[in-house]
Amino acid sequence: MSAMKSLLDWIDARFPLTKLWNEHLAQYYAPKNLNFWYFFGSLALLVLVIQFVSGIFLAMNYKPDAGLAFGSVEYIMRDVNWGWLIRYMHSTGASAFFIVVYLHMFRGLLYGSYRGPRELLWIIGMLIYVALMAEAFMGYLLPWGQMSYWGAQVIISLFGAIPYFGEDLALWIRGDYVVSDATLNRFFAFHVIAVPLVLLALVLVHIMALHEVGSNNPDGIEIKKKKDERGIPLDGIPFHPYYTVKDLVGVAVFLILFATVIFYLPEMGGYFLEHDNFVPADPLKTPEHIKPLWYFTPFYAILRAVPNKFLGVVAMGAAIFLLFLLPWLDRSPVKSIRYKGILSRIALAVFVVSFVALAWLGTQPATPTLTMFARLFAALYFAFFLLMPIYTRIERTKPVPERVTFK
Amino acid sequence: MRSIVLTAVLLVVASAAQASGGEAHLDKAHIDLSNRQSLWHGAKLFVNYCMGCHGARYMRYNRVGRDLGLSEDDLKRYLIFGDKKVGDTMTTAMLAEDAAKWFGTAPPDLSLVARSRGPDWLYTYLRSFYLDPSRPFGVNNAVFKDVAMPHVLWELQGWQKAVFRTERDAEGHEHKVLERLELAEPGTLSPAEYDKAVRDLVAFLAYVGEPAQLERKRLGPWVLAYLVLLFVVFYLLKKEYWRDVH
Repeated sequence: MSAMKSLLDWIDARFPLTKLWNEHLAQYYAPKNLNFWYFFGSLALLVLVIQFVSGIFLAMNYKPDAGLAFGSVEYIMRDVNWGWLIRYMHSTGASAFFIVVYLHMFRGLLYGSYRGPRELLWIIGMLIYVALMAEAFMGYLLPWGQMSYWGAQVIISLFGAIPYFGEDLALWIRGDYVVSDATLNRFFAFHVIAVPLVLLALVLVHIMALHEVGSNNPDGIEIKKKKDERGIPLDGIPFHPYYTVKDLVGVAVFLILFATVIFYLPEMGGYFLEHDNFVPADPLKTPEHIKPLWYFTPFYAILRAVPNKFLGVVAMGAAIFLLFLLPWLDRSPVKSIRYKGILSRIALAVFVVSFVALAWLGTQPATPTLTMFARLFAALYFAFFLLMPIYTRIERTKPVPERVTFK
Repeated sequence: MRSIVLTAVLLVVASAAQASGGEAHLDKAHIDLSNRQSLWHGAKLFVNYCMGCHGARYMRYNRVGRDLGLSEDDLKRYLIFGDKKVGDTMTTAMLAEDAAKWFGTAPPDLSLVARSRGPDWLYTYLRSFYLDPSRPFGVNNAVFKDVAMPHVLWELQGWQKAVFRTERDAEGHEHKVLERLELAEPGTLSPAEYDKAVRDLVAFLAYVGEPAQLERKRLGPWVLAYLVLLFVVFYLLKKEYWRDVH
């Protein structure tokens, strides 16, 4: 024991190991009333690790070459020991990442986690979300199936809708006049090096910002306002061991669901792995129905809902950008939905229904009827944000408790 | 307000259900991948009837042997023709350039056809060829209109002919609509036997699409049982630690 102690002292004199451990785990005080919705932050971290590890092993066997890419994925699925498991972990992990992140973001909407002093924390989180979308989009080109190819073709061509320099920009992104070997190679480089580095850095900054301001909680009140004589929040408990053991329960439940998909439903009915993507990319044969994977479809539906291509791109960008502005759109005197009024509750419900409806509409062919519905739900989606300064101010809120509610 | 939203969602679902009604009806394949006899029969049909033109270029013969419990001698006797080795992939001897000349389009590789088309589609397709003198090979297909493929399994099934009915659309134009197919000339198999043969072939193609599925379905219960156990341990650990939080 004393040998361990002296080793620790030796390290601490040279590196702040004990200090970091205490600041971020053993003496980081989190509110004791964190509920179900607070599992998804640590789960997102877990999925990030799963993607990194499975991705490294995939990269050992994958060939970023238009002539070999599709076959190398099948080689991984058939001839590489446990290749199928690693590949399904990565493909399921991509969808799991978005499920977890969407639930994590919804938690923020529910309890006002984006409100001061957590504005910067929210913005860093949004940057992670944007980086994640870039990572997923570029990763989806790599299997070089029909949907990989045509999905990338459609999305990159959107940049061409920007006036004056749009076409040049699209050309610069592709490195060719159509999606080709050059595109595949650069997307591979971005997918395995550039974007993961950015993601990792942003996640680190996200956690640093979180530990500076402290976690919000379902009551939306600041536990730091009520401290004991030692300066410890009365409603706070050390993250380790309390939340490490609690998060482990969430990890086990997540892994049960994750393994169920991997071992029994790896295609998830065509939502996680699309049927058309089992056909090799063919630049001469456009598929009947091009659609992105489910996690992009809400924005894809908004894009298609606007008759003008450029304005559609603008609307799609705005749908994401408005999320960045949430800290300033919300003018309610309270943070949590628990104490907000009826208008905020209805608005949030409408937002969730719109998001899910748009996600579904984005997977369907754009018939006139469905396009009409996409317009309706797109309007409701934007109304949630644009009317927020009004409905959060005029509604009657409930009184906020002094201390967190904990049964 | 919420009820309005709910109504809207229901409307969307209803209109989608209507929109998806346009595709051809597919019969359920009811394949059983745990039935080795069925896969083995399908494999023999595949090498005898399909591989003249189609390959399964990502599938190795010895993988089929390992998964279906066949010895190398069995493989050489029943599945491997010509001078191929057991470790080779199941490629066709037909050259793509020749095939394109003969059929107008190169026959697709079938390694992943069960994953892109689905077993039900394949099962229905292979039972839906009918006589049509206007086509180069004298047959058309009710599922894949004007397909370039001849009816390779005609010996087994025989020849079917199409029965059309006339329908009038909203503008008063008359259309010939395919109503059903009926056997015009029987083959060596009865219709029930032919359905079974196609089912076996489709089962083999489904296996070829993802050979690992046999293994993953076998492993699944063990992985899940372990994780459930892990959950119980973590849950008890959490309960124990949180006892002193009030």
